[in-house]
Amino acid sequence: MAAKLAFIFFSMILTNNYVLVKFLGICPFLGVSKKLDSAVGMSAAVTFVMVVATLATWPIYTGLLEPNGLGYLQTIVFILVIAILVQLLETVMKKFMPPLYKALGIYLPLITTNCTILGVTILNLDNGYSYLESIVCALGAGLGFMLAMVLFSGVRKRLEDARPPQCFEGLPITLVAASIVSLSFTGFGGLIENIFGM
Amino acid sequence: MSIVLAIAIVSVIGLVGAAILVAAARYMAVEEDPRIGQVTEALPGANCGACGYAGCADYAKAIVSGEAETGRCVPGGQKSADAVAAIMGVEAGKAVKMKAVVLCQGSYEHTTDKYDYQGVQSCAASAALYGGSSACPYGCLGYGDCVKVCKFDAIRVENGLSRVDPDKCTGCGECAKACPKHIISVRPVSANPIVLCANEDRGALTHKECTAGCIGCMKCTKVCPEEAITVQDNRARIDPAKCISCGACVLTCPVGAIVSFG
Repeated sequence: MAAKLAFIFFSMILTNNYVLVKFLGICPFLGVSKKLDSAVGMSAAVTFVMVVATLATWPIYTGLLEPNGLGYLQTIVFILVIAILVQLLETVMKKFMPPLYKALGIYLPLITTNCTILGVTILNLDNGYSYLESIVCALGAGLGFMLAMVLFSGVRKRLEDARPPQCFEGLPITLVAASIVSLSFTGFGGLIENIFGM
Repeated sequence: MSIVLAIAIVSVIGLVGAAILVAAARYMAVEEDPRIGQVTEALPGANCGACGYAGCADYAKAIVSGEAETGRCVPGGQKSADAVAAIMGVEAGKAVKMKAVVLCQGSYEHTTDKYDYQGVQSCAASAALYGGSSACPYGCLGYGDCVKVCKFDAIRVENGLSRVDPDKCTGCGECAKACPKHIISVRPVSANPIVLCANEDRGALTHKECTAGCIGCMKCTKVCPEEAITVQDNRARIDPAKCISCGACVLTCPVGAIVSFG
């Protein structure tokens, strides 16, 4: 059991990294990775919302949609639930945890309908994970997102000093750099499976 | 039947969510200082960023929290500084009025084009082609990049030369940022004369390029009673700290490059 959880956790960070291997959440990955602080802030918010969203959507799917044969409503119900959840979280945090609210700032509403969040909740169910496994998976996915963001913010910093050909300046060279970072993550393929003997 | 159930489930989730959000908004509302809204309204609302904050609302927040002083709004000037100070109940700091000035007099009466430019009507594009179409490499190109960025409709291109309307100009400095020749200067309003030329070529060459250009003849430096004028890089410069606005240089300049707005 513990081995399975560890396997899910680490594979979400390395081999199944949402950004660099599954190519979800590219928008915040490119948009907010310019500075290390904002990259960490954004990924903390994403991790937080991923876990909370999984906490809420898993029971709704298994308890409400699935038994009634309404699995096809998954996407729309999840979007609705996640949007409500993020709004609620924002209000609650503003009242009771102003420092955290200030730290996450604009990122919290930004990730309301982020595809990584929706992706985690849906893929958890597609993989047939239990409630605990889903939560661990969401946590791992969030930390994997953070790893990608932090790594890439370092790359971006170097890019700012580099002088690429003019036609590559800005977004093009950033995308090229992102693809190389993503390529390096394919090197982890098979690693986790072998460590945990899955 | 199942479609009824589907609709019911989605609507119930939506309604429950809405109810929770409304309740949360009501019972967990954070009291915001009402002065933030009032200060925001007293500011011009151009969101130009000249105060150093992300927008008028952001600046208003900083004022109310005591981080920022009241006189930073350049477009609002004294009027909004007073209004904001009245809301905050403090003495208004003196807001220095700033206006933009185009440091060039090269209209078509004084200068010509060195080539027939038919590209995109933009100074930046023209400047990329051999420094722009104007015969003077330091002069106004007249394609109106400054006109396009001016939020207050204060700049007009007349006869190939940008002119700032001082009554409409708020001194936000957007035009100075847009000008590829860097010849728009935002300076405090005063009666001091201004050298309306940025040409640093030698006098003879300058005169060939533009008949209104400063030729660095030094006449103004000699006539100035306060020794406020120096000629550096073939161009006269007036030290605003020494200038007494007597206007002697304006009268003596042989090319009329020094102008007084006072």
